[in-house]
Amino acid sequence: MEIKRGLRSLLTTAAAVAVLMVLGPDREANAEGTLRIAITAADVPTTTGMPNNGFEGFRFLGYPAFEALVHWDLSSADRPSEIVPGLAESWTQDKADPTKWVFNLRKGVKFHDGTDFNADAVIWNLERFYDVGSAQFEAQGSAMTRARNPNLESWRKIDDYTVEISTDEPLSYFPYLVAYVLYASPTQFEKVGGTWEAFAKAPAGTGPFKVVEFKPHVSATLEKFEDYWNEEKVAKLDKMIVYPMPEETTRLAALRSGQVDWIEMPPPDAIPSLEDAGYEIVTHTYPHIWPWEFNFKKEDSPFRDRRVRVAANYCIDRDGVVQLLNGTAEPATGFFHKSNPLYGNPNESYKYDPDKARQLLKEAGYSPDNPVKAKILISTAGSGQRTPLPMNEFLQQTLSECGFDLEFEVVDFGTLLVALRSDPAGPQALGVDAMNMSLVTSDISQMARWFWSANFAPGGSNWGNWRNDEFDQVLREVQMATDPEIIRKKTARLHEILVDDAPWLWVVHDLSPRAISRKVKGFVPAQAWFQDFTQIEIEE
Amino acid sequence: MWFFILRRILYAVPVLLGVSIIVFTLVQLSPGDVVDILIPPEAPEEVADALRKQYGLNEPVYIQYFIWLGHLLQGDLGTSIFSGQPVGGELASALLNTLKLAVPAAILGMTSGIILGSLAAFHNGTWLDRLFSAAAITGVSLPHYWVGIVLVVAFAVIWNVLPGQGMGPDGFPATWEQIRHLILPVFTMSLIPMGVVSRLVRATVLEVIGRDFVTTLHAKGLLNRRVLMHVSKNAAPAVLALMGLQFGYLLGGSVLVETVFNWPGSGNLMVLAVFRRDVPVLSATIVVLAAIFVVINIVVDILQALIDPRLRR
Repeated sequence: MEIKRGLRSLLTTAAAVAVLMVLGPDREANAEGTLRIAITAADVPTTTGMPNNGFEGFRFLGYPAFEALVHWDLSSADRPSEIVPGLAESWTQDKADPTKWVFNLRKGVKFHDGTDFNADAVIWNLERFYDVGSAQFEAQGSAMTRARNPNLESWRKIDDYTVEISTDEPLSYFPYLVAYVLYASPTQFEKVGGTWEAFAKAPAGTGPFKVVEFKPHVSATLEKFEDYWNEEKVAKLDKMIVYPMPEETTRLAALRSGQVDWIEMPPPDAIPSLEDAGYEIVTHTYPHIWPWEFNFKKEDSPFRDRRVRVAANYCIDRDGVVQLLNGTAEPATGFFHKSNPLYGNPNESYKYDPDKARQLLKEAGYSPDNPVKAKILISTAGSGQRTPLPMNEFLQQTLSECGFDLEFEVVDFGTLLVALRSDPAGPQALGVDAMNMSLVTSDISQMARWFWSANFAPGGSNWGNWRNDEFDQVLREVQMATDPEIIRKKTARLHEILVDDAPWLWVVHDLSPRAISRKVKGFVPAQAWFQDFTQIEIEE
Repeated sequence: MWFFILRRILYAVPVLLGVSIIVFTLVQLSPGDVVDILIPPEAPEEVADALRKQYGLNEPVYIQYFIWLGHLLQGDLGTSIFSGQPVGGELASALLNTLKLAVPAAILGMTSGIILGSLAAFHNGTWLDRLFSAAAITGVSLPHYWVGIVLVVAFAVIWNVLPGQGMGPDGFPATWEQIRHLILPVFTMSLIPMGVVSRLVRATVLEVIGRDFVTTLHAKGLLNRRVLMHVSKNAAPAVLALMGLQFGYLLGGSVLVETVFNWPGSGNLMVLAVFRRDVPVLSATIVVLAAIFVVINIVVDILQALIDPRLRR
């Protein structure tokens, strides 16, 4: 009797599973022309026109919906992206007073709410970020904008389509910084009640996509903006939905089950199986580096000795790291990628050469009995950090073969961020001799941010407090220069100094892997942190 | 009885106050402040100050606490430092999402736990007992996030019959599509209450069955189902207490299950707030969850007292 009852319940369960199976494959609605993307951020980036979550936020909720006076050219996969006219058709630097820049605004540009983009909108947005006393001041957006663009000092409307913006000192690369100031609709801000909290739910920019739905922690839906000013870049997609999925296996499962069409950063060890299953793995060179930043302020740091820094750079097996990441990174031997024309001709040409490293350490007074002892601050995970634990353990192992005795201080990403923004000799640095934080290498302005002695942490992004007088001098010359050829040559010289003096351990450049369904067509992976989604189509 | 209920409610006040103080203190112990994480180092000090002022971070910690408590008592949970959205709205949405998982998981887990445990006890020593006990131990022992991953791989990736992440479309009443999104996470979350409740029910029922009054009831010639009723009534208080605790844990949001299924519930919200040091979100989430936990326990205490009058004393 009991056996019969047991059998009956087993049969009932089997029938239930069978019913489940015949329901057929997952068919979550994928409207025609809808691109569904899983990003690595833990939350939907803010939709106020100054997205948080770093440049991933900018990639998906920044440029697609909001624009700057200066754009990045995202049309080519073959060369590093450069700046091009955006909401400004052109700009000029005043020859008599090089701190003044005149921007000629593009006519006929509409915000998503139908109002005109003009000089008044530019002034209103600059006040939003730079005038603490303005009604539209937004502290969080202001902090991010002013950090990326600290030299912008004043502004003036010349006429409805011309504005003059001044910097606190001559800055040849100012247009690169202008690319990070995005413009939101003043009318829409007033219409929703004059708060950024309300604006986030019904935002309006000028980009090729408009944000039509914002669900905190769940998704943001962007829709094609039919009245976009650049007819060639009117989106081919109807919609783009962005889902935050910080867990890489969750992103992987979402792609494999057809719930999304595109995932950022698939797990490296899943790449072969994704390729076997017919997904396209897109990798491309872009301005990102995964280094160790050495601490120069800690008095007993062994990395204050150039020979030790250079030895470390000769001792690491970069190809091994690349192999660990299944080919989704490239060896880094400097701040810029080696193919970049600004790489220059440095004296040091880093490759895996343990003998040379050991020789340098010997010259610096170290030996197998007296190894270089150092502590490195690393994170368990984090934006752009790839898989920091196995990568750092691999480096620790290879460096030990040359005479380094390293230990790690492992923290969560938030704590690492706090340390990056704090005094390297202060308590937040936990007494480390270097830290591992991946950073942006897009242009000269970023180089100045990380290496200029005027930017020492705290209060600046030169965390390690590295100072090189020649570097500072040449950088000043670049800032003052107006001739593009001189700027190019001197930037290359700056890079040569960086490679030879090795303020960082140059490890790898990320190749920004993303896994994409075969039905996604027309994507051109630009060599930039940002991408153009307007030319993408979904082929059913 | 009313005095009993009032007393239990009054006990909850110091518990919640204690929780709120501990949360506030612990958050302050971590290095740096939230503004250090929120903004880049080059941001001018006037902007950092404006942010600190906006969120009251320029005040001493104890003042911050009392201001927060004052707002809380007026029903204002504050504003998230990261998203700029009202915490009340974010928390309500996250809790509702967690309830969508926790309620069906509790019903499924506890019902199956009671049935399996009772059957195992009434068939003590037989193959049914061994089978159901093994199922219970498996439910307790398997890491449920691992079960979740296996289920996602099997049902979402390989067979592609059920969605493996997210909640599906919005809307009420629930659509079939929403229910399909619930199946895997609910089953995963139900495993632990199923296992825990089943083991306790089995042990308690066995203990009650062994008591003299059961032998007496059998001797008096009562039908088996009448004996079962008496046994259940005696076993109920212990099982109810455990079920209350288990439901509280489920409402706290199983962080790992929510992570595996990308479910925007209260567990996810809390973890995000910890990493970002988003004090308003973290404090409100923990205090509200603690309040719910306390309420569940009060309800369980009342139910126990109703079943067993001795507990009212």
